[in-house]
Amino acid sequence: MTELIDFISKNLQLIYILILAIFIGVEVIKNIPAVLHTPLMSGANALSGVVIVGAILVLLYADPNNIVALILGSIAIILGIINVVGGFAVTNRMLQMFKKKRK
Amino acid sequence: MSITLSILYLIATITFILGLKLLGHPETAKKGNLIAASGMGLAIIGTIFLHELDVPNFIYAIIGGSILFGAIIGWLIAIKVEMTKMPELVSLFNGFGGASAALIGIVEFGHNMGSTTQLITIIAAIVIGSITFSGSMIAWAKLNGTMWKDIRLPKYNIINNLFFLGLLTFAVFIVYSDTNNNLIIYALLLAALVYGVLFVIPIGGADMPVVISLLNSLTGIAAAITGVLYGNMVMIVGGILVGSAGLILTFAMCKAMNRSLGNVVFGAFGGNETAPTETGKKGGTIKKTNPSDAAVMMNYSDKVIIVPGYGLAVAQAQHVIHELEELLTKKGIEVSYAIHPVAGRMPGHMNVLLAESNVDYDKLIDMDDINPQFKNTDVVLVVGANDVVNPAAHNDPSSPIYGMPILDVENAKSIIINKRTMNPGYAGIENELFYNQKTSMLFGDAKATIQELLSELKGMQ
Repeated sequence: MTELIDFISKNLQLIYILILAIFIGVEVIKNIPAVLHTPLMSGANALSGVVIVGAILVLLYADPNNIVALILGSIAIILGIINVVGGFAVTNRMLQMFKKKRK
Repeated sequence: MSITLSILYLIATITFILGLKLLGHPETAKKGNLIAASGMGLAIIGTIFLHELDVPNFIYAIIGGSILFGAIIGWLIAIKVEMTKMPELVSLFNGFGGASAALIGIVEFGHNMGSTTQLITIIAAIVIGSITFSGSMIAWAKLNGTMWKDIRLPKYNIINNLFFLGLLTFAVFIVYSDTNNNLIIYALLLAALVYGVLFVIPIGGADMPVVISLLNSLTGIAAAITGVLYGNMVMIVGGILVGSAGLILTFAMCKAMNRSLGNVVFGAFGGNETAPTETGKKGGTIKKTNPSDAAVMMNYSDKVIIVPGYGLAVAQAQHVIHELEELLTKKGIEVSYAIHPVAGRMPGHMNVLLAESNVDYDKLIDMDDINPQFKNTDVVLVVGANDVVNPAAHNDPSSPIYGMPILDVENAKSIIINKRTMNPGYAGIENELFYNQKTSMLFGDAKATIQELLSELKGMQ
């Protein structure tokens, strides 16, 4: 119990951010029309590629002699950037099709 | 961290929120996507150039090379993929994000950062990242058709749940044992990967939209956890946004099937236990029709509603159906599409498919808005949809889909159902709509059949 209280008091700011971010996510997305379900999902998917920032940090902090860390880190960057670039590009392509037809 | 970088991250975070918000409206969606993308670009460039670490040049080369390589691959996949392959693609990209988080966790475990909080975040990133990775790969293989059958181990519910508990216990054990043995972390990685496979393998068909959005949400959570590890706000907020957006979508999908999330994930649907017991309604007679009779029916109607389903996507019939719609409209017939929220294999699948063939999105009408219109409709054309129009959801309490909101197709004056065979849909239940007096069955591949229907209609006045 003391550990928990200790954890909360140390990370209070973080906990606030987590809670507020959850609410923002819910409020921003709710009542979205079904037409946009797929683009939203694929756009959000691209956003989750933000993990690439962490992958870059891995390499920046890595010991230059630690080959394993360098290899794993660069694979993480490659996978993350595929997620980001591919995700945003395909969402854009999809949304281009949603143009309203003028008669 | 330099103050410039912090400000850059702040800007990126704002673009993410704004981008998601704009993605929620048809007029602004494209702009929203671009705004979020540019924020992501800022965050990535800032991370590389604005840190205050002493880093040898070859590390920059590795980072730059990896980014360039991955970006080209991602771009090529994105511009080459066919729109019908969208569910697979979303799963694939999603899996990559998860894998990235897991790899970060593995490397950071080697650094042994010491504090328990950090150890917990590392373990969580590995576990959630790996589950999303292997789960998404299985979803990808299933959607791809590489793995058609929903493979179910005997008692898979119990096995899966026990495995999950085992995985959790293992993770907690690692935290408490405070080990820095690399082997144990690879064992955890392996266990989490296996669980991801077990988790997705029994789920299939109509439950796919739920699973895909759930996996999507999990990747966001994995990204946020990795962000906690580095105290990196843009990762935390970005990840959480994706996580909560994905969960909302997941619940929307569950609601459209009148099922709880637990039921989709842990429950058997269309499995052996829920096999149809109601055979009384079977054995009625079905009325077959052919394209020329169907064309006559449509030609002399005032209002036609098209109900697309997964069969339309499989047959790639989105372009012919649009031609049909245009021809009917030209003949002065009012045509619209009725879209059930879980039609297809991912949320909004039908919308994307029809948008690809240039159908005006004003003609795609959601379930709640179109249902009252069926009673004034002369002909409903159901193409490759089954469970979403099954009246058993309304009037057969013993049916596994009882209570699920459906398209009230049976209220229309006449119904034409295009299917390849009489096989029941994913839920494996009989559809009494097929035996309805007003129903005519138009058997055949969706694309070929609609094509015939189209040429018959062209010949008519």
